[in-house]
Amino acid sequence: MVPTAYYLILAAMLFSIGIGAFLIKRNVITIFISIELMLNGVNLTFVAFAQMWHQISGQIFVFFVMVVAAAEAAVGLAIIISIFRTRQTLNVDEIDLMNS
Amino acid sequence: MQLALFIIFGGLALAGALNLLFQRHPINSALSLVVVMMSLAVLYWSLGAEFLAAAQVIVYSGAIMVLFVFVIMLLNAGEEEKTHGSRAAYGAGIPGAAAIFCLLSFVFLSERDALGKVSVGGFLGNAVDNIAEVSATLFTKLLLPFEVTSILILVAILGAVVLARKEQ
Repeated sequence: MVPTAYYLILAAMLFSIGIGAFLIKRNVITIFISIELMLNGVNLTFVAFAQMWHQISGQIFVFFVMVVAAAEAAVGLAIIISIFRTRQTLNVDEIDLMNS
Repeated sequence: MQLALFIIFGGLALAGALNLLFQRHPINSALSLVVVMMSLAVLYWSLGAEFLAAAQVIVYSGAIMVLFVFVIMLLNAGEEEKTHGSRAAYGAGIPGAAAIFCLLSFVFLSERDALGKVSVGGFLGNAVDNIAEVSATLFTKLLLPFEVTSILILVAILGAVVLARKEQ
């Protein structure tokens, strides 16, 4: 028997590490990876609450999140490839076309 | 037994996430995310979500992460260098993330008793298996959202092909 709160705290840890990595990392692919980490943290919360309420809807929601994450990864990585092709860099500090 | 399972795989997930944060090379970050996802699959199983545990392994650590690793190798991404922007992000990012974590864990720990406990196999209890329940809900009550998702995937495929195409 494990308290549900422990699962939720683990999910909160994963989410906060994802936020930290999102802000600290300078490589656009790593930033994208940390978004996936945040999505996983939220998914764990959904599954834990589905268990707590004995409802299946939380798990269905996670299923949809996975589908959207797959679509997002395909489009996002295509955008990263086209950025690299035009600017020859993956560093977000150098991708500042709208800033200058 | 469940507590041991939670400690082992929760610790593994946490170690993978921290390794993702501290590694400089993107390929190392991607492979640590695979570790996180695999241990989360075990945790999903222990929470009574067998279908999601399998989908996590196949979709997330199988398909999505292969795509990531493929793109990292295609673009030959090297180690990231420290810049001025990263120092500013350290100052704001670490305390901000720590504050969010403290707030969330304070709420969860203060509501600890109301949230209840988890035991393996105690999810449905009345001899209904998880996949039957998921598919029954997905194909009756949520049929329209399910079909809309397939259109979303189709549009995403077209978008990826258009964006990654070489300019003439």
